[in-house]
Amino acid sequence: MSGPVPLLHVLILSVALFAIGLTGALLRRNAIHIFLSIELMMNAANLALIGYALSWGTPEGQIVVFFVIAIAAAEASVGLAIFVALFRHTKTIDVNQVNLLKW
Amino acid sequence: MSLWWILALPFAGFLANILLGPRLGKRFVSVVATGTVAAATLIAFSRLIPFVSGTRETVIESIGSWISTDRLSVDLALRLDPLSALMLSFVTFVGFLIHVYSVGYMHHDETDAGYARYFAYLNLFLAAMLVLILGDNFLLMFVGWEGVGLCSYLLIGYYYDREYAAAAGRKAFVVNRIGDYGFLLGLFGIFTLFGGFSYDAVFSAAAADPGRYAPALGLVCLLLFVGAVGKSAQFPLYVWLPDAMAGPTPVSALIHAATMVTAGVYMVARCNVLFRLATDAMMVVAIIGGFTAIFAAVIALAQNDIKKVLAYSTVSQLGYMFLACGAGAFVAGMFHVTTHAFFKACLFLGSGSVIHAMGGEQDIRKMGGLKSKLAITYPTFLIATLALAGIPPLAGFFSKDAILAAAFAWHPEKAAWIAKLLWAAGLLTAGLTAFYMMRLVSLTFHGAFRGTHEQEHHVHESPRSMTVPLIVLAFLSIVAGFFGLPVVFGEHANWVEGFLSPILLPLAGLAAEPHHLSHAVEWALIALSVAVAAGGLWLGWTWYAKQGGAVPARIAARYPAAYALVAERFRVDELYDALIVRPFVALSRILWKVVDVLIIDGVLNAGAFLVELLGDLLRFLQTGNVRNYALGILLGLVALMFYVVSGF
Repeated sequence: MSGPVPLLHVLILSVALFAIGLTGALLRRNAIHIFLSIELMMNAANLALIGYALSWGTPEGQIVVFFVIAIAAAEASVGLAIFVALFRHTKTIDVNQVNLLKW
Repeated sequence: MSLWWILALPFAGFLANILLGPRLGKRFVSVVATGTVAAATLIAFSRLIPFVSGTRETVIESIGSWISTDRLSVDLALRLDPLSALMLSFVTFVGFLIHVYSVGYMHHDETDAGYARYFAYLNLFLAAMLVLILGDNFLLMFVGWEGVGLCSYLLIGYYYDREYAAAAGRKAFVVNRIGDYGFLLGLFGIFTLFGGFSYDAVFSAAAADPGRYAPALGLVCLLLFVGAVGKSAQFPLYVWLPDAMAGPTPVSALIHAATMVTAGVYMVARCNVLFRLATDAMMVVAIIGGFTAIFAAVIALAQNDIKKVLAYSTVSQLGYMFLACGAGAFVAGMFHVTTHAFFKACLFLGSGSVIHAMGGEQDIRKMGGLKSKLAITYPTFLIATLALAGIPPLAGFFSKDAILAAAFAWHPEKAAWIAKLLWAAGLLTAGLTAFYMMRLVSLTFHGAFRGTHEQEHHVHESPRSMTVPLIVLAFLSIVAGFFGLPVVFGEHANWVEGFLSPILLPLAGLAAEPHHLSHAVEWALIALSVAVAAGGLWLGWTWYAKQGGAVPARIAARYPAAYALVAERFRVDELYDALIVRPFVALSRILWKVVDVLIIDGVLNAGAFLVELLGDLLRFLQTGNVRNYALGILLGLVALMFYVVSGF
């Protein structure tokens, strides 16, 4: 077999990754696990972008991916800092324990 | 100097006193207040003397346009003609005397701030009154009209920390407002009919085409007269004037006897061209005037407050003036305005002097025997009383006789018997007036002293700033009448009539000349009115000064219900209270408790309650758990995608 990977395959992989990430984000209680799951969802989106860029032969999708990676780096640092602060404050990073803004 | 200076000076005095007076003290206030009024009086007379001795042509001084639209243009213009000249002369002069009197009257018992407030309002009053009488159009008259009403309210309520004074001020304001409403409607009527407000334009248009305007003028004149009824305290709107005595006594003298309350008469006289065209309105004016005259005189018979007696007397005398106007004798009405200003101001200032001497006591049952102790107040008061009673040759005799003669000579086309009835009422009023004034004098100045020991010790004659105005006014009460001698003393003996004739006598061809009485009838009328007045005085003197009030006490005991009715002022205030005030309060309570509290507040509170309830339910969505929110985001996203894909 030769030739480029079909777009459909790329999208199926992307959707699968996104669904796994989403499931993790919704079901996990550990903040770091949720965080990792969100990263997974983001990269699933990146994959879809690259797939389209490849399929249409235009560079814009790839450019956007670079932006997303850069922003994800910043977001990761902020998110991890929040977790450190949260842990210092409550001695836990279980999000079920952190529900002060309840009715 | 320009006429504008005459009213600008008191207004400047008002500004200075209200802004600087409380800080600069009584001396400053006295000098500014009386100084500006004195200067205004001097300027007024410097204009009046050449006017009177010259050709007496109407002078109009305009300082520009006030309102200018394509439908209406009104000038800021003042007018000096015989009618405004007459008013100007006594308003400025009596105003000045009362300012001087006030310096003595108010000196002791007021703080610097109160003193400054008093004189500021007094100055403002004079400025407003001068706008009223000098204005050259109905709008300026209205400005002055409202201005004097405001000052009247402020000065009646001068002792605002006393409940009754504040209430009296409110009452005066509200009752006057009813009259002003009619006046305003009358002004709208004038604008609708004539398209303008300038006296010359309105009156010449009405005189040029009487047939065209006469039908509508009846209503307009009645509305204008409603304003006069309010301002000049005629039945049924007179109720505010007796209460207005809650103000300081010089205010009662200036505003509620000599000047402001005559504004209604002045207005009717000013509009005499219109009123002459509306004969039915004239009849109403005469009936209201005649009825008020006798009605108030009867009430005055049984009052025991020295100022209340004078207040009802004022209402009664104002009724006389309207009776004269209604009978077409505008000259006699204005002449009585003038003489009344002198002797009634003198009486009020005299009563102020008595109250001052008695340490605030106003009940004549607790006075008596003040004759010897008040050596200046007593004679001046007596002269003014005789003038009011109509004893020749004092001022009131001539003016009152002119009114009675005019009422007698009046022959309206319809209902001529009413004219005779009104004349009889006027004659009876003259007798009643003489009686209650003599009663007042007897109880106050004669007999034995009936007050407390401290009061007896305290009694003293007032300072010179109070007695000199009394003397001047008493002098004027003696001589003012000679300007209006009856026609029996010669064809041109009545100087006032000659002076006012360009303004107040009927225009040629407009209405019939007033009937002239033969000299014999006129002499008989004079004899009759003098006899009635003398009889009233004699009865008052005998019953109260000589017999000590035994006979009237017996009469009162014999007819207790009738006496109580008169002593309680025919319970008109109670009637108004039951018919108007209490239903109004009840309606207000319904509007408050039902419409406002129940309906309006209810709707708003129900809305707020629903929002709160909804919030109570919806807040359970806020679990505080981030993953629930994430699920919400997911569900929302799914719904959105479903919407986009299905095109739903």
